Amino acid sequence: MIKTDIIIVGAGPVGLFAVFEAGLMKLRCHLIDAIPQAGGQLSEIYPKKPIYDIPGYPSVLAGELVDKLMEQAEPFKPGFTLGERAETIEKQEDGSFIVTTAIGTQHHAPVVMIAGGLGSFEPRKPLIENLGDYENKGVNYIVKDPEQYEGQEIVISGGGDSALDWAVYFAERNGFVHLVHRSDRFRAHKDSVGKAYELEDAGKLKMYTFSEVKALEGNQELERVVIENKTEKTTIDTKLWFPLFGLSPKLGPIGDWGLEIEKNAIVVDTFDYQTNRPGIFAVGDVNTYPGKLKLILCGFHEATLAVQTAYKIINPDKKFTLKYTTVQGVQGFE
Amino acid sequence: MSDINIKVTDRLGKEHDLLAPTDMNMNLMELCKSYELPVEGVCGGMAMCASCQVYVHTDHHFGERNDDEEAMLDEAYYVEENSRLGCQIHLTTDLDGMHVELAPESP
Repeated sequence: MIKTDIIIVGAGPVGLFAVFEAGLMKLRCHLIDAIPQAGGQLSEIYPKKPIYDIPGYPSVLAGELVDKLMEQAEPFKPGFTLGERAETIEKQEDGSFIVTTAIGTQHHAPVVMIAGGLGSFEPRKPLIENLGDYENKGVNYIVKDPEQYEGQEIVISGGGDSALDWAVYFAERNGFVHLVHRSDRFRAHKDSVGKAYELEDAGKLKMYTFSEVKALEGNQELERVVIENKTEKTTIDTKLWFPLFGLSPKLGPIGDWGLEIEKNAIVVDTFDYQTNRPGIFAVGDVNTYPGKLKLILCGFHEATLAVQTAYKIINPDKKFTLKYTTVQGVQGFE
Repeated sequence: MSDINIKVTDRLGKEHDLLAPTDMNMNLMELCKSYELPVEGVCGGMAMCASCQVYVHTDHHFGERNDDEEAMLDEAYYVEENSRLGCQIHLTTDLDGMHVELAPESP
């Protein structure tokens, strides 16, 4: 069981900055995120886009802002549970909470701060009737531990960087890859697309453009995949299909945590951004209140105020005086 | 004043008549949101989510799909010939009288 002062659900920019503000008050944090890296939407959707409204930065690339926030939080040694979605929250007798992830990792803390943004990123799933029968039995939406798939004949669908990078990866390692895409234009980097065509010339990969996987077959597990274009159907014998159509955010299990929800956002009190459940706060894009603006800089402010009340919950007998960082500096944790 | 009229059919088949400014650098996704139509605009208008997909039912001309829009529509659901991303349609006086329909939400 991971024990901490504040469990932060969501390791995007607001969650990361909350670590810093909490650290100034000597509170330790542990962040949980469904995707395998910190940075939230900034890292997942637009790492190379410049942001122009972060105070102090006339322009900063989203990915660089995440790096800076990680650097700012580093002295306070945050823990991370990445690649696991927070599923359940259980209140304990003493008012503290246990948050458990999809694969059972448990976290215990007196305070929970939800910095979930637009929700956890989940894979876009293809519209195939019996898809559910083969999920994790041949159909996988993310590639984890790629070594186990090397040297095999696999099918990958998608036109983005994820699909192209993995297609090239497996084709270069003794596998044979069938790469299926709905058109002949690729969102992926031109170099990756070029490499894929080279691998096709070398006989290690086959491109199917203007095509889609339309059917899955197999008894208990995936055995065949049917690819269709305007004129023909091709059946491929394979045990592995990776539909890599990108991720889209969904509020997910947080919607079932007994919180007041309005239009997919958590209602909070603007005094301290606490939700209707004492000890649970919501900051950043995930919350809502009259006048709410979904801006990173607003999330930064909300996290700072939330941490003040978190301190009082965790240290009910201590008084706290605001000390400016120019006076006290930043005293990191050992 | 250079406001234009745009008709939007929502996902329940109801038609909405929107009055749109053409001097505020607004796009169709933002217009729908300002009228509280159920357009998520998850990515804020960066052609990265397709939640603002619309079907264009009239012959009005605006720019062709750019690379980002094409790539997004390649991976979106319920895409038709007349699909466009609302966030890529900039409101100009040329679009007066346009009629669009909101595409179904992603499953």
